[in-house]
Amino acid sequence: MVVLKCPVCGGDVTVEDDALPGELVEHECGAQLEVVKNGDKLSLKLAEQVGEDWGE
Amino acid sequence: MKVGIAYDLPRWEEKNIIQEAKNEGHQVIPFYSKQGIFYSDSNIDIEADLFIQRNVSHSRAVMTSFLIESQGIPIVNDYVTLIKSENKAFTTFILSRADIKTPRTAVSMEKDMALSSASTLGYPVVIKPIEGSWGRMIAKAQDEDSLRSFMEYQEFTSMYYRSIYYIQEFVKKPDRDIRIFAIGDDAPVGIYRVNPKNWRTNTALGAKAEPLAIDAELRELALKVKDKIGGFFLGIDVFEDKEKGYVIDEVNGVPEFKNTVRVTGFNVSKYLITKLMEWYKK
Repeated sequence: MVVLKCPVCGGDVTVEDDALPGELVEHECGAQLEVVKNGDKLSLKLAEQVGEDWGE
Repeated sequence: MKVGIAYDLPRWEEKNIIQEAKNEGHQVIPFYSKQGIFYSDSNIDIEADLFIQRNVSHSRAVMTSFLIESQGIPIVNDYVTLIKSENKAFTTFILSRADIKTPRTAVSMEKDMALSSASTLGYPVVIKPIEGSWGRMIAKAQDEDSLRSFMEYQEFTSMYYRSIYYIQEFVKKPDRDIRIFAIGDDAPVGIYRVNPKNWRTNTALGAKAEPLAIDAELRELALKVKDKIGGFFLGIDVFEDKEKGYVIDEVNGVPEFKNTVRVTGFNVSKYLITKLMEWYKK
């Protein structure tokens, strides 16, 4: 597990070590976050909104 | 075997495919589309024998399938299949012209023409965005007044096809439809999607999944649809019309299958991987 910072509230967010980039994480502050991977380093950004072209 | 998974949002399905591919002894190479850059004079540095397309965004799915195919790596589904399946007008007309039953549908480029087509089809009619999913913005118009309003809503969206009207007869189906999966040369599993409270029977809108026993007619129909639309892994939505029998509503090129696995116990990911390996070896 790795502890990251929520980009909205600054609080701690725990993420699995093997999280995939793009994986969604709900934070207790209400933010929906997306895992970002640069090399081996994980971070979080605000998740992309559901797009008009999303779906099956 | 090195199996690439092109994705943008790792849902249950993508994680399940990754896990099942690993269980089958394959090396999985996740390809996060949003961080990819493709240059016209070189190939992306990714070693995969074949790819499975799993982008939730249609535009990213079509584009990444095209770009991956362009460097000679097979991908399911291929970009032509995705274009045919994600555009409802293409799907309907391709199938209808091949004598596969679909709801009677009119496509027109102007509102008065669309209203005229609705009169010909007979109210109530269904108006759908030409590209879209999860039942979003699909509406039943009881009369010309309501159809006019729905067309106005469509006109003021940012959808690419907002000025093209796709109007369809309303099929009086039971409170359910059928989702059947075509995988390789088989159609091994399907579900009913039941919703007594909403004529739109998408599970995204609350329909309940129930197991389906696939009869020979349904299986043959699914494979015929796959033959016309192409691809390797399709989710085919079927209506049961009292007079016409099975009618193809839509075809999904990057189908979701979480609820199918949950209610049938059928391992869709494992079956897909097995069929893909058979196909690749040929």
